[in-house]
Amino acid sequence: MIRIEGLAKSFGSHEILKDITLEIRKGEIFTLIGPSGSGKTTLIRLIDLLDYPTSGTIVFDGADTATSEKGRLAIRRRMGMVFQKPAVLNTTVSANVAFGLKFRGVPAEEARDRVQQALDLVGLVDLAGRRAVTLSGGEMQRVALARAMVTHPDLLLLDEPTANLDPVSSDLIEDLILRINKKFGTTIILSTHDMIQGQRLATRIGVIMNGRLAQTGSTSEIFYQPNGREIARLVGIDAIPNGIVTENKEGHALIRIGETCFEAMTDLRERQRVALGIRPEEVSLTPADASLKRSSVRNQFTGRITKMVPSGPFVRVSVDCGVRLTALITRRSCTELGFEVGTPVVAGVKATAIHVMADDGRATPSSPYP
Amino acid sequence: MQAINLVVTLNPAVMQIATLSLYISLMATIIAALIAIPLGSLIHFHDFRGKRALIILIQTLYSVPTVVVGLVIYLLISRSGPLGFLGLLFTPSGMILGQTVLIIPIMMGLVISALSGVDRSISDTLVSLGATRLQEIVEIVKEARFAIMSAVVLGFGRAIAEVGVAMMIGGNIRDQTRVLTTAITLETGMGNFAFSIALGIILLIVALIVVVALNLITAGMSDDAQNAAGGPRG
Repeated sequence: MIRIEGLAKSFGSHEILKDITLEIRKGEIFTLIGPSGSGKTTLIRLIDLLDYPTSGTIVFDGADTATSEKGRLAIRRRMGMVFQKPAVLNTTVSANVAFGLKFRGVPAEEARDRVQQALDLVGLVDLAGRRAVTLSGGEMQRVALARAMVTHPDLLLLDEPTANLDPVSSDLIEDLILRINKKFGTTIILSTHDMIQGQRLATRIGVIMNGRLAQTGSTSEIFYQPNGREIARLVGIDAIPNGIVTENKEGHALIRIGETCFEAMTDLRERQRVALGIRPEEVSLTPADASLKRSSVRNQFTGRITKMVPSGPFVRVSVDCGVRLTALITRRSCTELGFEVGTPVVAGVKATAIHVMADDGRATPSSPYP
Repeated sequence: MQAINLVVTLNPAVMQIATLSLYISLMATIIAALIAIPLGSLIHFHDFRGKRALIILIQTLYSVPTVVVGLVIYLLISRSGPLGFLGLLFTPSGMILGQTVLIIPIMMGLVISALSGVDRSISDTLVSLGATRLQEIVEIVKEARFAIMSAVVLGFGRAIAEVGVAMMIGGNIRDQTRVLTTAITLETGMGNFAFSIALGIILLIVALIVVVALNLITAGMSDDAQNAAGGPRG
């Protein structure tokens, strides 16, 4: 659908995007994930042909987009775009939805029907006659979605569509995105800084870091095998740096971090410096006095709870056992097991749940592990 | 009391003066709007060297004294001036020309700031929806319609309230170029204060009628946009 090669964008001497090469396949939901200011919006604007790249090419369905204004308009008219901050024009909801059709010279009668269908899709038929500026943020974003979909685009671009919305409106928009993708087969590119949302929606994920495409892959690849500590932190893994592979027998490795020894699965050779990524939900905690030997749990460490941070129905529990491990425990089990700061516990992680990343051992500036 | 009396009895002389005032100022407003809105849009939507300086010049001309405009137009259209052959001096047409020149800067400046007031995200949205450059500009002008209407109203207000141009170009000739403001000046000079106040009140009533009409037109534009774009049925 879209082939992007060596794409770069600078504003003055400030490089926003560097050397992006990416292919978007027909019918997929491709999610761009990255922290704020990483260049997601810039990339999406370039794909929608709103801005010109400094260098590199974007090929849309076989056609090079570096062409005349007229050619770019024709390509742009095959796309729909929803911006992070929904902008509606000061007129009715249905007139807002009709703009794309009006610009394309669609006859009024046909436009009327298609506006109706688009409003039906997003569930706003009842508000058709309302002045759009009086809507709530979530409703405005649904108007923006209907407005983009009314022209039946081949490609739908969504720039952080739920970033400014409450959870209920977010869910609604997410459902709509999935429905549009299923019902019309629309290829969708979506950017988000919400990893969980990316996971819920994406066929494939691209991680953008500091203007570079740091990793592209399926959801599970990104979440369980992040390519480096920064991506690990982005997808919710506190990576443990300063490890070294001391032994590796056919992929079954021993990794030493300080005084602690982990067993993990990796192809990385001995003496390789590594960081370990352990998803907090993979860490089990048991009270230290309960004697327990589960054979599948190779890595067991005793330590004390140093920090407990509530997170919805869960509690993030940090345990100091030579290295710091973080476990995600339900609030209920926390209470039942009587955990509090200072409680001695045994933390367990399966060898298969540890993701081993090659690492140069340098601490990233904001890493909690110096 | 005399004002109410004059209005209620539709005093023919006063009615003639009020009608002429309205006609001249309204014509000047329409002509100025036809020039200032497109020209203001042109300046807003194009980037060129000296744009900032041009806008500052336009804003400076907001303060040009009406008598200075009157003088310049007088020199242009007097018998010996370059436009003397048109015979516009001491005619309503000459007054329309003068007031048009007077209010173009303020209308144009306010049109430019009205358009600048439309959020950048609106123009991004329009472009992403497949608007051509022209379609984008038309929609942005429509989006700024209330602010543009304010510019037009302010222009009309300056035209109907000014004395300098009306006096210097029109000459306050009875039944020909006498308008409300010049009549007020004359009556005040003759000591007829009550009559002057009455004329002042009539001027404000005329202004009220025009402002209400312009507001209705602008509100109507929203409905037009709505119907044209396939608004709600029934």
